[in-house]
Amino acid sequence: MSWQWFHRLGSPRWFYQTSTRWLPLLALIAAAVLISGLVWGLAIAPADAKQGNSFRIIYIHVPASFLALAGYYIMAIAGAVGLIWKMKLSYMVMKSAAPIGAALTFIALLTGAIWGKPTWGTYWVWDARITSMLILLFLYLGVMALQYAYHSIDAASKAGAILALVGTVNIPIIYKSVDWWYTLHQPATIKFTSAPSMHIDMFLPLLVMIIGFYLFYAVALILHTRSEILRRERKTAWVRELIEPEARS
Amino acid sequence: MAHSINSGYSAWLKRDLLLAYRRRGEAASSLIFFVMVSTLIPLGLTPESAQLAEIAAGMIWVMALLATLLSVDGLFASDYQDGSLEQLLITPQLLPMPVLGKITAHWLTTGLPLTLASPLLGLMLSLPTAGYLPMLCSLALGTACLSLTGAVGAALTVSLRKGGLLLSLLVIPLYMPVIIFGTATVTYAIDGLNWLPPLAILGALFAASVALCPLAVAGALRITSAN
Repeated sequence: MSWQWFHRLGSPRWFYQTSTRWLPLLALIAAAVLISGLVWGLAIAPADAKQGNSFRIIYIHVPASFLALAGYYIMAIAGAVGLIWKMKLSYMVMKSAAPIGAALTFIALLTGAIWGKPTWGTYWVWDARITSMLILLFLYLGVMALQYAYHSIDAASKAGAILALVGTVNIPIIYKSVDWWYTLHQPATIKFTSAPSMHIDMFLPLLVMIIGFYLFYAVALILHTRSEILRRERKTAWVRELIEPEARS
Repeated sequence: MAHSINSGYSAWLKRDLLLAYRRRGEAASSLIFFVMVSTLIPLGLTPESAQLAEIAAGMIWVMALLATLLSVDGLFASDYQDGSLEQLLITPQLLPMPVLGKITAHWLTTGLPLTLASPLLGLMLSLPTAGYLPMLCSLALGTACLSLTGAVGAALTVSLRKGGLLLSLLVIPLYMPVIIFGTATVTYAIDGLNWLPPLAILGALFAASVALCPLAVAGALRITSAN
């Protein structure tokens, strides 16, 4: 009995109808948290002693990087759930998570480059974290490319899930080896001393932004999954009824 | 059971080696590619041996990676086309073992020749003397990792018409640790440091790949060949 919620999740229809009810509220909360975090971070929080106002990009950069990595695990877990319990819905979640995660990874790289120019004097350095992020973007692109390459939805889902799982096993290895590689080649001109612990006035808006990004991610993922449900289930009676209510009656 | 597991491995190893022997030209092409591309480096960068010596280790590794990548595409392609892959899938043996046999044959026909040819390239790119033995060791272990990881990509793309390019997109990010520790082994030795630790990590990567990749390949083949 207690597993009923889990089996319900297997039904795209149930998910679609439930999310229709909850999505507006969730989107509202996400927007409220994001706006308050942005106003707090960009306008109210004190400027950095050394970097001035340019540090404020951290309020986009750090949450985007968090979600970029977490998104890969969400995608891989969704893929694994699909492979293990043969759940249609989780494959749709997996497919939806890939472009969102790739976009967030790109945002993290882009904001990092913009931030790097005033801080280190260059848009791009082969720093360990930047390189790992770039590899993460490649991993996302691989999963997306594989999904699009197959005509059969079933094969695309399962192949994507296997690739995502292989990537999951590799991500810690890649991160550690890139870290190690960087200590080997660390250039003398640019020093990344560990940042002094953030002042609480700067940290609190960052925390709000991270929560806001998680909420935004949830909204984006649900929206994307909903459109994927409609696309894949377009031949079922309930989707037709949803799209053309009068044609049925 | 143990007997049937081993027979699956050795039968497919023998079969693929025999096939490779009969299509010697195909097997040699990745080796020729490896040697040919190395000519581009002095032409594109500089013929000065002092500068070549600095980049030789990394260049040889990058070329070995590309040569493996080009050849791994064909690992399951002909079996898929002539239907023997389906025969493999319905055999009573555990699927990972024949798969491992095929990958071993792939390494013996591409990775091992690349490794053995690498001193020649080292000579042409004026690799410092201290780098030869570490290069041989790291390439032998590293190309085995590349074959194993590449097989996962090959299995995922086997039924696609333009699988080759997609395969490299899937596999190159996974190759990063191998190239990092592979080149590190050689550069450590050239710089006079103890080069065994990066080689040991390469060995660890190899051990993990041997254990995990055949399972992923087997799972991927069951999915892709059904379509």
